[in-house]
Amino acid sequence: MERVDYNDSIVKGFVIWSLVWGAVTVLLGVIISFQLVMPELNFGPYLTYGRLRPIHTNAGIFGWGIGSFFAALYYIVQRLSRRRVWSDGLARFQLWFFNATIIAAAVTLLLGFNTSKEYHEMEWPVDLMIVILWVIFSVNAFMTIWKRREETMYISLWYTLAALVGVAVLFLVNAGAVPVSLFKSYSIYAGTNDANVQWWYGHNAVAMVLTVPPLAVFYYFLPKAANTPIYSHRLSIIAFWSLLFMYLWTGAHHLLWTPVPDWVETLAMAFSIMLIAPSWGVVFNGYLTMNGQWHQMRDNYLIKFFIAAITFYGLQTLQGPLQAVRTFSAFIHYTNWVPGHIHMGTMGWVSMVMFGAIYYMYEKMYGREVYSIKMANMHFWLVFIGQTLFSVSLWIAGVQEGIMWKAVGADGSLTFTFMDTLISIMPYFWIRSLGGLVYLAGVLLFFYNIYKTARPGAAVAQTA
Amino acid sequence: MWEKRPVLLLLLATAAILVGTIVTMVLPFFWVNTEADAIAEVTPYTALENEGRDIYVREGCNNCHSQLIRPLAPDVKRYGPYSRSGEFAYDRPFLWGSRRGGPDLARIGNKYSDEWHYRHMVDPRSMVPETNMPEYSWLNDAKVDAAFAVRKMDVLGFPYTQGDITALEGKTEMDAMVAYLQKLGTDLPRTGKAADKAKGLRKAEENPLGGDPAAIAEGKDVYAGNCAGCHGADRGGNIGPELAPGDFEDDELFDTIADGLPDDGMPGFSRLGRDRIWKLVAFLQAE
Repeated sequence: MERVDYNDSIVKGFVIWSLVWGAVTVLLGVIISFQLVMPELNFGPYLTYGRLRPIHTNAGIFGWGIGSFFAALYYIVQRLSRRRVWSDGLARFQLWFFNATIIAAAVTLLLGFNTSKEYHEMEWPVDLMIVILWVIFSVNAFMTIWKRREETMYISLWYTLAALVGVAVLFLVNAGAVPVSLFKSYSIYAGTNDANVQWWYGHNAVAMVLTVPPLAVFYYFLPKAANTPIYSHRLSIIAFWSLLFMYLWTGAHHLLWTPVPDWVETLAMAFSIMLIAPSWGVVFNGYLTMNGQWHQMRDNYLIKFFIAAITFYGLQTLQGPLQAVRTFSAFIHYTNWVPGHIHMGTMGWVSMVMFGAIYYMYEKMYGREVYSIKMANMHFWLVFIGQTLFSVSLWIAGVQEGIMWKAVGADGSLTFTFMDTLISIMPYFWIRSLGGLVYLAGVLLFFYNIYKTARPGAAVAQTA
Repeated sequence: MWEKRPVLLLLLATAAILVGTIVTMVLPFFWVNTEADAIAEVTPYTALENEGRDIYVREGCNNCHSQLIRPLAPDVKRYGPYSRSGEFAYDRPFLWGSRRGGPDLARIGNKYSDEWHYRHMVDPRSMVPETNMPEYSWLNDAKVDAAFAVRKMDVLGFPYTQGDITALEGKTEMDAMVAYLQKLGTDLPRTGKAADKAKGLRKAEENPLGGDPAAIAEGKDVYAGNCAGCHGADRGGNIGPELAPGDFEDDELFDTIADGLPDDGMPGFSRLGRDRIWKLVAFLQAE
């Protein structure tokens, strides 16, 4: 078969820069977690929790998340299309423009140019940059697929195409705002409508950014790394279309018990439960692919990352629907349970699948094994333990808040003040910070391993 | 077939995501912010309040504070009557928040005095000893920009007079922030006569627990957790008055604690319940 000259430099470029932004987001996360236990670490006006937290979330979602997806999708799309990327120049420009956009977002958020909308805090000029960035990527990815040399599109390409259109629709609608100046705008929606549009966006950003692209990655890299075909093509078709159809109904589960119309909340609740099916369709497809291959969990460090990732995804997609039920939401909404939940998705599912994918791509692109498998194993355990400490401590804190906020005495009086509750969860905040530090150590070890793998003429320090 | 045709796949994917979008995101516009949920008493923000709201957004206060009281008994007991759609008709953007790292602020307006807010923003721990709220003292140093404020009011379509704008001259960002906080949740008229509610809770003229040493000890803890910030750790007074034993009758103290003095910045503490309020009264009347 003819050998295709893939553009790997764009993949490497996005890997390196997504790692930079990944380090920024984890480091910022650790810093703001310490601000919650030591308020004297807030240095106004720029370095307060209120200004840094949006930079943490957006650097995570857009810098590390989308940056690493760009890397993996450029790798996957070229190989599944069996041709070089449609435009090298456009890809190169996209890498620079991506960094310019992330820097613009970080600087403007630090200066307080903030729309308040979660995961969409950037003001309109940065929104415009994000739109341009997405159009560039969409054109290049679509044209590569359009001119492909392999007639049938593999599962990962379906997810890629769905993400292109999904992100575009969500982002454009939620960005609707009237500018007053270069860095101040007002939402075109008001009050309850604004809330409903925002959480239609917010929850489906989780779908179109933090679920669909990493699923494309998972479907490609698990079978590749395990050297075995995906278990069921039919299951992947059912899971794909039902996921796309069902996700968009669920945004209002972030707004249970609010003035959003009751029937919207009920639909969101019902569809959230139904989403368990397509989510677990993928989980089972992953697990059953490993039939007869489970020894690779011991022998192949990549499989550990992918199977841990899809397991976190499975837990995430059970816990999420549970939280979307009115009675449970009444108990844990507004508590620290919720950041415990989202971090299992980001630190467990998304980051773990991307760590595995980056190791695999680096081995292939440099034509050698990873610098140190021992280090990769240590990386795995550090992020696994860091993630677990983080989420479990916040779940306990959230349950405690839920109980104490709602505790009522025999005479109908509230048992605890708000401060009683806050003081009582401080130990869990410390454990969470510790979990963040352990995770950060794992990430830094990963960088070092990747750097050594890529170093020209690296001596391979290989041990099993 | 769609597995071989990327354009078809794109079209089908778009259709799949548009169904849920139209039903749950587009259709609610026909219910919300219409006559059906409008509340006549709700007014737009004044120029100064709107400046405060923009500062609230700029500083990311919504990362820790919600502004949405759910129709759940513990929420209503702690924060006041549950939020209604029409109350938010002028909120662009909405600021309901998603986490209560700090308390809900939907009805913080008129709960405390202006003075309490000024001190709390500059040094939160002076009013609430163990809070993890950051300091915002620099808001005292920045002045609001009156010309820019006018442009914002025009874009939002909120009414204002020349007098409102002239009054902005010399106001600090702190003034704006406090004005905004004091507006929150105050549009709805207070329901019922507060004094009657307190009497219903009180049920007696004299303190059934008066002079009981165990009650006084418990009352002391209640005082430390709820009252010391304003009335001083030693009851000597701070922004609230000194509270010496015998200054007030038992029933007078009970009613003031339960209902607060809304015009004087004293919040009501009916959420403590009858038993603990009597214990607190016992402590306040003890030497």
